[in-house]
Amino acid sequence: MPGDIGPRADMPRQDPRARARNFNEVALGYTPDMALEEARRCIQCKKPVCISGCPVEIDIKSFIGHIQEGDFLAAIKKIKETNSLPAVCGRVCPQEDQCELKCILGKKYGPVAIGRLERFVADWERANQLVSVDKPAHKKSKRVAVVGSGPAGLSAASELAKRGYGVTIFEALHRAGGVLVYGIPEFRLPKAIVQAEIDYIQGLGVELRTSVVIGKTCLLDELRKNYDAVFLGTGAGLPRFMGIKGENLNGIYSANEYLTRSNLMKAYLFPEWDTPIKIGRRVGVVGGGNVAMDAARTALRLGAEEVYLIYRRSREEMPARQEEIENAKEEGIQFKLLTNPVGCLGENRNLRAIRCIKMELGEPDESGRRRPVPVVGSEFDLEVDIFVVAIGQGPNPLVPRTTRGLETTKNGNIVVDQETLMTSLEGVFAGGDIVTGAATVILAMGAGRTAARSIDEYLSSP
Amino acid sequence: MNEIVEKKVLAPGTLLFRVSAPEIARRAEAGQFVVVRVSETGERIPLTIADFDREQETITMVFMQAGKTTRMLGALDVGDRILDVVGPLGRPSDVEYCGRAICVGGGYGVAPVFPIARALKQAANQVIGIIGARTAELIIFEKEMASVCDRLLISTDDGSRGHHGLVTDVLKTILEDGQKTDLVVAIGPAIMMKFVSLMTKSYGVKTLVSLNALMVDATGMCGVCRVSVGGKTFFSCVDGPEFDGHQVDYDELIARQSFYLEEERIALERYEEECRGDKRCLGT
Ligand SMILES: Cc1cc2nc3c(=O)[nH]c(=O)nc-3n(C[C@H](O)[C@H](O)[C@H](O)COP(=O)(O)OP(=O)(O)OC[C@H]3O[C@@H](n4cnc5c(N)ncnc54)[C@H](O)[C@@H]3O)c2cc1C
Ligand SMILES: Cc1cc2nc3c(=O)[nH]c(=O)nc-3n(C[C@H](O)[C@H](O)[C@H](O)COP(=O)(O)OP(=O)(O)OC[C@H]3O[C@@H](n4cnc5c(N)ncnc54)[C@H](O)[C@@H]3O)c2cc1C
Ligand code: SF4
Ligand code: SF4
Ligand code: FES
Repeated sequence: MPGDIGPRADMPRQDPRARARNFNEVALGYTPDMALEEARRCIQCKKPVCISGCPVEIDIKSFIGHIQEGDFLAAIKKIKETNSLPAVCGRVCPQEDQCELKCILGKKYGPVAIGRLERFVADWERANQLVSVDKPAHKKSKRVAVVGSGPAGLSAASELAKRGYGVTIFEALHRAGGVLVYGIPEFRLPKAIVQAEIDYIQGLGVELRTSVVIGKTCLLDELRKNYDAVFLGTGAGLPRFMGIKGENLNGIYSANEYLTRSNLMKAYLFPEWDTPIKIGRRVGVVGGGNVAMDAARTALRLGAEEVYLIYRRSREEMPARQEEIENAKEEGIQFKLLTNPVGCLGENRNLRAIRCIKMELGEPDESGRRRPVPVVGSEFDLEVDIFVVAIGQGPNPLVPRTTRGLETTKNGNIVVDQETLMTSLEGVFAGGDIVTGAATVILAMGAGRTAARSIDEYLSSP
Repeated sequence: MNEIVEKKVLAPGTLLFRVSAPEIARRAEAGQFVVVRVSETGERIPLTIADFDREQETITMVFMQAGKTTRMLGALDVGDRILDVVGPLGRPSDVEYCGRAICVGGGYGVAPVFPIARALKQAANQVIGIIGARTAELIIFEKEMASVCDRLLISTDDGSRGHHGLVTDVLKTILEDGQKTDLVVAIGPAIMMKFVSLMTKSYGVKTLVSLNALMVDATGMCGVCRVSVGGKTFFSCVDGPEFDGHQVDYDELIARQSFYLEEERIALERYEEECRGDKRCLGT
């Protein structure tokens, strides 16, 4: 059998030249034929190792088996047993480091395109309006408050609602979805998909209250009084800056601001939408992760002529997904590797250029990656009028700052029991980026599920 | 929720809304603000909580119709609901007994300085109010201020009411009246806060200002509201909006406020084009 395994079925994408100037989704998804072709590559292993690579343990073998039989509905049902946001995960999971990394076909033939298949059946279900809401059989009287509507909060809420609890989500922004709506751009994750997932969760009976900031509008202590348990999924929303000279000049954005203006506030549609964003002729973005790629590719789509991605290590060390690095390159983003900004130069308080220094790789550091060290005397000025800082986010401090007795690490992450995800406060659970630091959608969802399970246990014990 | 229960024109282009907002009214303190969104395609803009009534469960905002969003807001009427009102945001003012305090308000800034003046009065301070405006008809909140101040002084740029000149002239006469001043609170245009702070610094009087930096989320997530205070960067939405006036880099604040002037002009022109003559127009 393995003898006739063909290459991975390519997924069609928009032409790089066209897509670099529009906000439509880049990857177009499989057709049913392509999905069948790709699914047939899976050899239905006796011991499917792929499953161990998925943080929420989707039964990958079975769902692909259903696709092989042409039963797409059974496939999506299988996925939804453990993953409530398949259309999202199929698009943004770092599959190459997770499920697909483990697939047995990997080294020799190239792994089964598990993510693309997951995306396909989720899209197929939505397109054919087959999404059914399985309302809980019986309602429990106990109520749970969920703070934050990112992937962690959404999955906790849906699991709890399915178990019959009354659930209310509190979200600070005017729209639910967390990073899925304010961070990840339309061209990688269409907002209609996120909205469909949120509609589904509301269909389960979950109450969604936007524009409520816990710690300001209402304190955590009050939630604890009014609800039987609380889940905190407040994310890593605190932008880091570089701390270099001139960083408050006009034209310098945090990636959060830049992406929030563009995605949540739809500044790319200005002036039809009211929130403005500066387009810039030359845009510099510093960072090497998904956030930096998203910012750089957004700049290009807004209409910038030149976009530079500045990263202090080399391409191998970039934490962004491989696929997105390639997409960015194809679209014309110019990579300035082994380069680090050391200052921002202005003219009349507007940014004019970034002073950079060349770097070289030295000995490995704590992370195992080779430490970048500046090359003495190699400074040069990169002329830009917009500069986006995408060097990471810290934990959102709003809730810990306004709650007594909520234990945090010295970085400000909330401390939880590894197994139950309960915090230092009785009946208060936490998960996602607020606990782990900036991580991934699927890990945040996994945490939401785990927390829902232990909240259920906590509330069921006499 | 968010229903407008009272609307008043305080001066040409300056409106007062009292809005039903039980959760916000319950926790609001002097010095805090809300973020408002008027339409589905609209901006999020910050407005100070000029007053709150815990029993009636309302908050009051006073705003100047500066651009598109504040014009759309002004187009709403009693009975209408504001799409989103989030708050109370920012840190409350540090109000305690200090002795003699001067509260300076310029333009719409008189409204946000009012709850601080009231709180200072309640903390047993002697409170002197100074209200400044371009011309007599733009003076707002005079009655409210008078009710909480031991003395209230007025100045207008054109001399049509009170002192002919700037609030800083009036401030100077009080700082030199032989009595000790312990605190100055100034809210208004950045340029006014800058000159008040320059003056009080030379007299060595502690000064608090409320900075009106650009904002988007106002929960500490984006960093657009960063200001330099004492050489360090702060996010004014969560670390402020109140800061030590002597430490603020006003020139940076003023430059940052004007970053989108061009886009604001475009938005306003489009809005006026679309809404020609229609007073209740929300644009498209
Ligand atoms: C630009 C960008 C691109 C990314 N790309 C990828 C990718 O391709 N693949 C991937 O797997 N991961 C990616 N990530 C990471 C991933 O999005 C996060 O790990 C994930 O969203 C974390 O989920 P969460 O639910 O913990 O928090 P979040 O998604 O951050 O959601 C937290 C929510 O809580 C709300 N909140 C915070 N404080 C309060 C409060 N006090 N009261 C009420 N509400 C509050 C916030 O407004 C927010 O909506 C990306 C992140 C960014 C920023
Ligand atoms: C903490 C805080 C409290 C404020 N309180 C009041 C108040 O009580 N009454 C009042 O009239 N105004 C207040 N402002 C200013 C008010 O937010 C702006 O007037 C309003 O945003 C203008 O929006 P616009 O679309 O009508 O005008 P635009 O044409 O968009 O802008 C006019 C000017 O307002 C400022 N501005 C624009 N957008 C924003 C924004 N998103 N955030 C902050 N400033 C902006 C800019 O300096 C701009 O040049 C406050 C600002 C802050 C930061
Ligand atoms: S959720 Fe992510 S890791 Fe799990 S199977 Fe799907 S793509 Fe792979
Ligand atoms: S490891 Fe690969 S081939 Fe085996 S069941 Fe999983 S996806 Fe199929
Ligand atoms: S307004 Fe976004 S951090 Fe202050």
